[in-house]
Amino acid sequence: MAQITMTQALNLAIDEAMADDPGVFCLGEDVSAKQGGGVFKVTQGLTEKYGEHRIRATPISETAIIGAAVGAALAGQRPIAEIMLMNFVGVCMDQIVNHAAKLRFMSGGQTPCPMVIRTTTGVGVGFGGQHSDMLEAWFAHVAGIHVVTPSNPADARGLMRASIDANDPVIFIENILCYGLKAEDPGPGYRVPLGKAAIAREGSDISIITYGRTVLDALSVADDLAKEGISVEVIDLRTIAPYDEATVLASVRKTGRALTLHEAVRPFGTGAEIAANIQEKCWDSLKGPVRRIGGTFSAVPFASHLEQAWIPQKSDIVAQIKASVGKH
Amino acid sequence: MAQIDRDTLLDIYTRTMKVNRTDEKFRELLMGGKVAVMYYCVRGQELVSAAAMAALEKDDYVVCTYRGQGEQTAKGIPMEKWWGECLGKATGTCKGKGGTMHITDPETGIMVTTGVVGSGLPIANGLAMASQNNGDGRVTLVSFGDGAANIGGFHEAMNMAQLYKLPVVFLCQNNRYGEHTAYADHTDSPNIASRAAGYGMPGVTVDGNDVNQIYPAVKEAVDRARRGEGPTLVEAMCYRMMGHFFGSDFSYMPPEHIAEMKAEDPLPKLRKVMLEHQFTEEELDAIVADIDAQINAAVEHALAAPLPDTDEIYRDVLEETA
Ligand SMILES: Cc1ncc(C[n+]2csc(CCOP(=O)(O)OP(=O)(O)O)c2C)c(N)n1
Repeated sequence: MAQITMTQALNLAIDEAMADDPGVFCLGEDVSAKQGGGVFKVTQGLTEKYGEHRIRATPISETAIIGAAVGAALAGQRPIAEIMLMNFVGVCMDQIVNHAAKLRFMSGGQTPCPMVIRTTTGVGVGFGGQHSDMLEAWFAHVAGIHVVTPSNPADARGLMRASIDANDPVIFIENILCYGLKAEDPGPGYRVPLGKAAIAREGSDISIITYGRTVLDALSVADDLAKEGISVEVIDLRTIAPYDEATVLASVRKTGRALTLHEAVRPFGTGAEIAANIQEKCWDSLKGPVRRIGGTFSAVPFASHLEQAWIPQKSDIVAQIKASVGKH
Repeated sequence: MAQIDRDTLLDIYTRTMKVNRTDEKFRELLMGGKVAVMYYCVRGQELVSAAAMAALEKDDYVVCTYRGQGEQTAKGIPMEKWWGECLGKATGTCKGKGGTMHITDPETGIMVTTGVVGSGLPIANGLAMASQNNGDGRVTLVSFGDGAANIGGFHEAMNMAQLYKLPVVFLCQNNRYGEHTAYADHTDSPNIASRAAGYGMPGVTVDGNDVNQIYPAVKEAVDRARRGEGPTLVEAMCYRMMGHFFGSDFSYMPPEHIAEMKAEDPLPKLRKVMLEHQFTEEELDAIVADIDAQINAAVEHALAAPLPDTDEIYRDVLEETA
């Protein structure tokens, strides 16, 4: 099987969904061929196949983009709206939170809102404070939305396809640093069900619950610690909300220790919710407090060494695990 | 302007009185303490929504606001379902989970009723975009107030609709107030319609109290949209004769202005037009009596209807896949 990047994986999933269902269409800034197929090239080549009505390049109007996706979804289509960078969701929060997320409920189930909001972000590319935030907790806090983020190309392909299939709004977060990752192409029609976590690595001493790019850090730390005789289980949530509680709890019951890890800042992050839930439901199995690691509570800095220091450090992950399992 | 034919006039009159009698009934129930819910009165604006709905086809889409009673009832939501929703009953359009500010009834074409000022315009674009994509020939009409014209989404939506020539009609009901703020205190341009020019779109200001102005203007906008020529901004000048919502303070509305605007009341004006078209007093009264009977029956039905099951708070959050 061929190797594909995450960018190609996303492109293939969208292409396939558009070929299968004429109701699927993309809209967003710079997405069409005229502008080069999207700033990160995810929609490259699709205008040539599906035309400018189905790959609609929009004005810089985030509220109008998401509003249009909501309206089209209400009329039975399956729009894929792109918000170029995640920080710009602030501009269209009303449409997402008050409309997309709530119209199924407020209409008593009459008007579901099947739409995907693709957005991209990530710390480590020098974009500074207004282009780097992971804001998944904002959406995880709102009932009525799926929040999804892939950590590898195969999942990207499968999760994107499942997100387009979903009959509810999905916020699909793509980490810029993951676009270039390469892996085996799972092939056409591949789907990763929403709400199902992956056990990215099995282990017996501690469970790391993470998602997105930090899965890579967790796996790398697990490799290192295996040499020291510490067995780390890595859970890649894949869907952050609603998340696969059963897999998380089963893992923690097995290992007796848990660490939540994400790139988003630590206070009020999704790790806090997961940690609280683990303490409530796995109290009898826990051998110690659930630990949390997140980004520094400040804006993402520009200078490269500051930005690197801002991200959860592998050394910190190692230290927390050692403290938890009691081996130094 | 072309004369409105008799059948259309009768249709508009019937819809207008349906809106007006529903409004009267709602206020009667609120005043009598029979119900205690938020209600945004439409007294003074009945004709605008009735004429606009008469200009649409049955399966055209509508997006409206918390003050959307006129669009909702005039477009034809069955009265029992409409009252059921307003009273929070299981028999309502949305099983009592939407309420007066969030009425949805896709069968009637009422796709969204939003409580967030100005949010409807971008969504209307999307409905229209879907129609454009699949060529179903539907038109989407979105109704909003003069206050909403100052929201960013208004401007984004106008630009996008014109850019793509979407089959959408933007209907601004300029009732001279945004909550407690008078038009002149929130906007320093003489009207809203002139903004259309800035987007390359036709914009027209008409007297919303005159059936011979409001109906042809909306009809032309709808026809234009259906011909694929794109959106129009129609601004209907009208007057909100009551406070922002039922029971709210309206001391900020100068009494002399209210008195002046009462002279412009659309209802006696419409009746006069009807009489000029040889409808008789008896015919017109009979229509109202019939509407009153329907409303009374619907209200009785809604009052007696069951409350939604408490479990409803867990349903319709996300698709139930299990
Ligand atoms: C975004 C937003 N800001 C403020 C409010 C509070 N609010 C509710 S109605 C209203 C006035 C709106 O006036 P207008 O658009 O003219 O509509 P009308 O009530 O006159 O029909 C305001 C400020 C709101 N619902 N949404």
